[in-house]
Amino acid sequence: MIELRYESPETIESAVALLAAEGPGAKVFAGGTDLIVQMKEEMIEPALLVDIKKIHETREVTFHSDHVRIGAAVTGAELGENAQLKAMWPGVVEAVQLIGSDQVQGRATIGGNFCNASPAADSVPALIAAAAQAVIAGPGGVREAAVEDLLTGPGKTSLAQGEFITAFILPIHAEKAGDAYLRFIPRTEMDIAVVGAGASVVLNADGTCAAARLALGAVAPTARLVKDAADILVGNKLDDAVLTSLAEAASKTCAPIDDKRGTIKFRTKVAGVLACRTTKIAWQRAESK
Amino acid sequence: MAKHLITATINGDEVDFSCAADQTLLEVLRENLHMTGTKNGCGSGDCGACTVILNGRAINACLVLGAELEGADIETIEGMSNGNELHPLQQKFLDHAALQCGICTPGFLNMAKALLEKNPDPTETEVRFGLAGNLCRCTGYDKIVRAVMDAAAEMRAGNS
Repeated sequence: MIELRYESPETIESAVALLAAEGPGAKVFAGGTDLIVQMKEEMIEPALLVDIKKIHETREVTFHSDHVRIGAAVTGAELGENAQLKAMWPGVVEAVQLIGSDQVQGRATIGGNFCNASPAADSVPALIAAAAQAVIAGPGGVREAAVEDLLTGPGKTSLAQGEFITAFILPIHAEKAGDAYLRFIPRTEMDIAVVGAGASVVLNADGTCAAARLALGAVAPTARLVKDAADILVGNKLDDAVLTSLAEAASKTCAPIDDKRGTIKFRTKVAGVLACRTTKIAWQRAESK
Repeated sequence: MAKHLITATINGDEVDFSCAADQTLLEVLRENLHMTGTKNGCGSGDCGACTVILNGRAINACLVLGAELEGADIETIEGMSNGNELHPLQQKFLDHAALQCGICTPGFLNMAKALLEKNPDPTETEVRFGLAGNLCRCTGYDKIVRAVMDAAAEMRAGNS
């Protein structure tokens, strides 16, 4: 049995150095709500935990002229208490707040939910819809990447050895903009998404769509951007014909599995329904700005 | 084993403890400090039996490491009553028979305490959602919810 060590560096540079020195035996530790469970169930046996919560960049939400930066180790509870962020990206905050109980919310982080890379992770479709960029620190320095490009499969990301996400950057839209996230679960809460859908729209002054992004969770090995959604929505208003096309495009994006939570047929159908409902909410939020 | 030497505040008292890197707060409380009021249910953050209040937030003690607690403020069930005087939540749990075997009770009480600190006048729905991370397998939830609602009313009256 490997004897576990724990370090809590205060800078990104020292975290990178610790991760590099340890190699594959090192794990990044933040909220611990997935990692500790995986350790106790002996799914993983790390030699070193690098706790990134003492690095202030990972714990802050900061607002800039054209973007907001959300530290990777900010918890769901903290995001829910951030009125400014909630007004700007309500869908992202709502998605993160759907993760687990209040107790889990007090610990679970937005970066952890992303890096755990569950196909059903609630925050991920919302972040993809928001066009979030991940800020990644590693041995090669700091880089940024679109969040959807980092997901490679269930539980897998393309983050290289020794890299970790320090923050997410979300744009701030000057125009009428709104986002939303919805998921289907058979219970009222405390469940894993059968299908999740995140949408974000920007509207022109005449009420037509200027830009849009739609993403789906739990319908493929990774959360997916519905690439056709922007083509269907941009330049249009949200009428029945547009919604029908949107539902078709969403269902076409699906490559789900049959499991105890839902069948392929059900997930594919519900993806279309949720795509429309989520887009409607995002649209209404944009109109009300 | 490499040991971490930690100083934290538990129920208002400064406490020093040593722990291994892989020990959870739950294990530290029960095994190192012999504070067995915090219960071990599932050990994976599903049942809420180990709920304690860490730096003002209710969390699952099984999902926190002891090594990360330098300077932390922790409230456990052992600190809830004022000597022999029960906290209103504890008294209302007794009055409403909101417990049978009692394993889930410390977790429910801590979660309810944190909930009422944030929202002193919750609706029944808010209480049910707030306690959704705590499982009870014998009493059922109605008596627990009634006890929390009643305690909230009494605490509001006491504060006004």
